[in-house]
Amino acid sequence: MRLLDRTGEIDDLWPAVTDELPLAGRALVPFAMLDEALKSGLELGVDVPNTIDPAKLTRYFGRLAMISVDFPGFADGRGFSIGRKLRAEGFLGRLRASGPVISDQFTYLLQCGFDEVALPDDVAARQPIEDWIAQLGLITSGYQRGIDGRGSILDQRWSGR
Amino acid sequence: MYRYDEFDHKFVAERAAEFRDQVRRRLAGHLTEAEFKPLRLMNGLYLQLHAYMLRVAIPYGTLGSRQMRQLAMIAEKWDRGYGHFTTRQNIQFNWPKLKDVPDIIDALAEVEMHAIQTSGNCIRNTTSDPFSAVAPEEVEDPRITAELIRQWSSLHPEFTFLGRKFKIAVTGSEEDRTALKLHDIGVQVVKRDGEVGYRVMVGGGMGRTPMIAKELRDFVPRQELLPYLEAALRVYNLHGRRDNKYKARIKILVHELGIDAYREQVEAEFASMDREAIAAPAEEVERIRAYFQPPKLSERASESPLIERMKSADPSFAKWIERNTFPHKIPGYVAATVSLKPIGGAPGDATAEQMRVIADLAEIYSRDEMRVTHEQNIVLPHVAIDDLYRLYKGLSGIGLDAPNKGLVTDIIACPGLDYCALATARSIPVAQRIAERFADNDRQAAIGPLQIKISGCINACGHHHVGHIGILGLDKAGVESYQITLGGDATETAALGERTGPGFSYDEVPEVIETIIDTYLDLREHPRETFLQAYRRTGMAPFKEALYAAA
Repeated sequence: MRLLDRTGEIDDLWPAVTDELPLAGRALVPFAMLDEALKSGLELGVDVPNTIDPAKLTRYFGRLAMISVDFPGFADGRGFSIGRKLRAEGFLGRLRASGPVISDQFTYLLQCGFDEVALPDDVAARQPIEDWIAQLGLITSGYQRGIDGRGSILDQRWSGR
Repeated sequence: MYRYDEFDHKFVAERAAEFRDQVRRRLAGHLTEAEFKPLRLMNGLYLQLHAYMLRVAIPYGTLGSRQMRQLAMIAEKWDRGYGHFTTRQNIQFNWPKLKDVPDIIDALAEVEMHAIQTSGNCIRNTTSDPFSAVAPEEVEDPRITAELIRQWSSLHPEFTFLGRKFKIAVTGSEEDRTALKLHDIGVQVVKRDGEVGYRVMVGGGMGRTPMIAKELRDFVPRQELLPYLEAALRVYNLHGRRDNKYKARIKILVHELGIDAYREQVEAEFASMDREAIAAPAEEVERIRAYFQPPKLSERASESPLIERMKSADPSFAKWIERNTFPHKIPGYVAATVSLKPIGGAPGDATAEQMRVIADLAEIYSRDEMRVTHEQNIVLPHVAIDDLYRLYKGLSGIGLDAPNKGLVTDIIACPGLDYCALATARSIPVAQRIAERFADNDRQAAIGPLQIKISGCINACGHHHVGHIGILGLDKAGVESYQITLGGDATETAALGERTGPGFSYDEVPEVIETIIDTYLDLREHPRETFLQAYRRTGMAPFKEALYAAA
């Protein structure tokens, strides 16, 4: 797995835990383990499938430093809505898109509230980091309003007039 | 007409550069073919049976002469000298080479056009009424709203990888000419207590599971349209099926949940949103509206002695005017339909020369404006009645003067097996053979309004489900077989056609259509009872009897 964000490749600080919880530090746990993990003093992230109802996560926001949303295939776009909804509901932690997405989706992911992308090795091998970074400068503005980290053309038209 | 400002220009130019880069990365192996495919589709590029096909967006079907001439140039320079106008008011070129496509996209951008989202699992080109700003009863020009939706839906970060394609139509009239109820979402501009807003329909569609849209909300205030659409799309994106591409359209979600449960989810989503942050600012809507100010047409006499004289002198002109003009809200004007259905032609095809002629005539006689209709014709929306004969003479002699709008030879047909990789049967030759059989203009006029729609496969691009007579070409053990449906209707009284019974062979189809029409002519109560009215009165029985009793 390779991890990247808008600055380039980054280190993964979130060990994935599927059975035994560590004694201290951080853990990225599946949603099924979340209630159990909350009893620990660990710094927690949760790994969720893209079939989850994002509303189910709202009550954990205060205890979650990271949510990783699974993208089972790049064409399965449910995660975009999940990301946007989690941000709209007030999640302020780190948001990760995990799966074989493509660099052409990078700006959409960022605009839907994601911070980072966890790529399987084979996809990462084909799509060098430069492709991802280059995406950031390709389409510099969009028409939609209420999108994370980006002004809308609809507002730019009226600013400074 | 809408004109790009600096932001629109920049957006389209950046998109064109992005596509060049995608082609480069595909060729360099960074993208697999599976990864590249949706990217090229979202730029309008299909791989057809024999070649690539490029589908160019004509937002809400409106275009000017400069744009039409550029399409003609593209047809000549990079294609085989013609283009095909589609049922979604777009144009497609059937023979471009992949290496030329980025150049074609640049040529489109020069005239404020693009091929963005004309395919792929995203929000497609927003369609509208070809008689916008013409129809006397419209609440307001629906293209103001259609343009707002075009912008909002362009590269929407959340809705670009949907479960399936998503089609939106907008009408401003009660009388529907957009097939509104056959769209994923249909938006009707309405007025309630003096306030303009929207009635929103959802879950219509054709394909292998045709459905008529249901009402989602009877009134959405104007300023809340975009957040409301986002709520509707988000529920679909999260909950629409992804396990089977044939069950992935929103119509299936609405059908399986039920409209009430779907509505409940949309309303909950809508209520939880920061609607003001998403909505278009009022000044932006006003900015768009300014581009759709009705042309300044000074009222003229509705009766033109010149035209009356020419009608007497030239009976073919009289027939054309009778069939191919539509009343205009300004007295003394009409909208004229240029038929792309000459007898023996491929429905919706136009040569580069024809495109230039239409562009020239639009410039002279129609305020430089044209509309592509979903019936695959071209409308010149603002023609002074006094100019009609000159216009008609301009259309004559190059196959553009067929007086057949809405008649039996004004056939919608998909490209079918002649072009399409999905097709299971031919469509265009079927349309041609039916048209040849009914070529006589007087006979067509005597039959009256009758829409034949032909699809060459179950995906129903030729809208056969809503044809008064629908024809669906299938493959039965290697042999083309054509199923006939009767009683379909794409308008505000939308209905799906009913199958007559077992299918017919390719050779039998024209005879079958003639039998159906003869049956109608025999049973109609008076010459003004249309085929559809007669069918609704009698039902299937007399037609079935005529088609199958002998066998």
